[in-house]
Amino acid sequence: MSAIRLAGARTLFQKEVLRFWKVSFQTVGAPVLTAVLYLLVFGHTLENHVKVYGTVGYTAFLIPGLVMMSVLQNAFANASSSLIQSKITGNLVFLLVAPLSHWAWFVAYVGAAIVRGLAVGLGVAVVTMWFALPGLDNILWVLTFAVLGSGLMGALGLIAGLWAEKFDQMAAFQNFIIMPMTFLSGVFYSVGSLPPLWLAVSHANPFFYMIDGFRHGFFGVSDVSPWISLGVVGTAFMVVSAIALELLRRGYKIRH
Amino acid sequence: MPNAAISFQNVSKTYRGGAVRALDGVSFDIEPGEFFGLLGPNGAGKTTLISILAGLARASGGRVLVQGHDVVEDYAEARKTLGIVPQELVFDPFFTVREALRIQSGYFGVRNNDAWIDELLENLGLADKANANMRQLSGGMKRRVLVAQALVHRPPVIVLDEPTAGVDVELRQTLWQFIARLNREGHAVLLTTHYLEEAEALCSRIAMLKLGRVVALDRTSQLLAGKASTVLRFKTDAMLPAELASRARVTGRIAQITAHDAAEVETLLGTLRAAQVPIEDLEIGRADLEDVFLEIMQGAKQ
Repeated sequence: MSAIRLAGARTLFQKEVLRFWKVSFQTVGAPVLTAVLYLLVFGHTLENHVKVYGTVGYTAFLIPGLVMMSVLQNAFANASSSLIQSKITGNLVFLLVAPLSHWAWFVAYVGAAIVRGLAVGLGVAVVTMWFALPGLDNILWVLTFAVLGSGLMGALGLIAGLWAEKFDQMAAFQNFIIMPMTFLSGVFYSVGSLPPLWLAVSHANPFFYMIDGFRHGFFGVSDVSPWISLGVVGTAFMVVSAIALELLRRGYKIRH
Repeated sequence: MPNAAISFQNVSKTYRGGAVRALDGVSFDIEPGEFFGLLGPNGAGKTTLISILAGLARASGGRVLVQGHDVVEDYAEARKTLGIVPQELVFDPFFTVREALRIQSGYFGVRNNDAWIDELLENLGLADKANANMRQLSGGMKRRVLVAQALVHRPPVIVLDEPTAGVDVELRQTLWQFIARLNREGHAVLLTTHYLEEAEALCSRIAMLKLGRVVALDRTSQLLAGKASTVLRFKTDAMLPAELASRARVTGRIAQITAHDAAEVETLLGTLRAAQVPIEDLEIGRADLEDVFLEIMQGAKQ
């Protein structure tokens, strides 16, 4: 029985990976291009004006943030767009009639979101490396935050995909929640440079800890301790995952 | 005694806090190996009942068992036993026919299933489309893939929700030959359809739903024998007298009126004569399921 369920979850995971891989020009290529454009514009404008953590050049500082931003946004996009498309076109029925548990759905959708996030992140890293090398202090922090952050965003995408009934609701979720939170997370600046009010606001944003912890793996310095970031991101992952699992168990907006 | 293939037990479904009652205490069993028809006008609750069976919707009351497995408590076993062909023509545009079938098979824990997938493709006339993308297929071909997807895990109980809506004659023939073969091999089949001649030809037993209630449940032969068994067919250009118009089935110039026996036929003819309705091509034949269906649905109105 459990072997069968495992096979079901594995199939759904493979299907979700295959789905984005078949259109990788859009799902991997496009976000890499976007990140490179950010790097060119901001890097060129600010390279000679800003030094971060005292010694780090702006372009080198920017690269890990851009990589992580791409990881997070694409992990979210993978789970959410797959679900909403299946709901709207009606082919979610193929999954709904299958003997898959809510855990199988969760593991498959979040797993594929992590794979998409890491694939895009790797793409951005490889391309931006030609502009500046940020160094690599501790790869374990890099991997931990990349996997945990994309898992968190995959679970959030799952919730958004279940909740949204139309493409514009999904676009609103993405434009009014995900985009502002990623932009204000310290991708483009060290939050240490912010006035006190905005510093406090940044510290309330879980995205900040994902970016800050990830960047710590490159520079060995960060705005807060990576252990604090790990605690915040780990807790957020568990909370969001618990909500996603409960919604799946209830069949929220998918079983009427 | 073996478990029923499907057992609906006092199933009800309400929407909007009880304001809309889609199903109202529906109970009947489908026996193992049976070819069963579920008929009813649009909005009778057929698709709601099948959605509850498939786990797409939840019953407000009662329960549904598939070979003894509760579709909620023991959903994994129940769903493995069921193969459902949905009514809507849905497909995943990312995949080819073969990929779609492999994926569906994998969801049920059946991997390395290519021998059976090939057999399905062959039997449903899809062999040359195996590597075509789903998007490139015509409506009829997509419908065939839906059938193949439902059968890919070899379910002992097959549910077809209006599988022939908008489907050409050739596919209907292919489909029914194949489904009839599976039925002979022991699969139970539950069919909903608007084509009553299909139900009459295929189903050994029939349930009729109206406004969420079962209004008839019997062997097809009994339904045909028990209700109006004779039908009077003729062509006319004139209006029928009111007492006949209300019970006649009129298609263009052709009118059909059912009767229970020869005496009633005579009365009908007398009424037509008295009303001076000119009639051509008069024939008296055996009632078909459509006549029975209309009579039952009209009877259920009162």
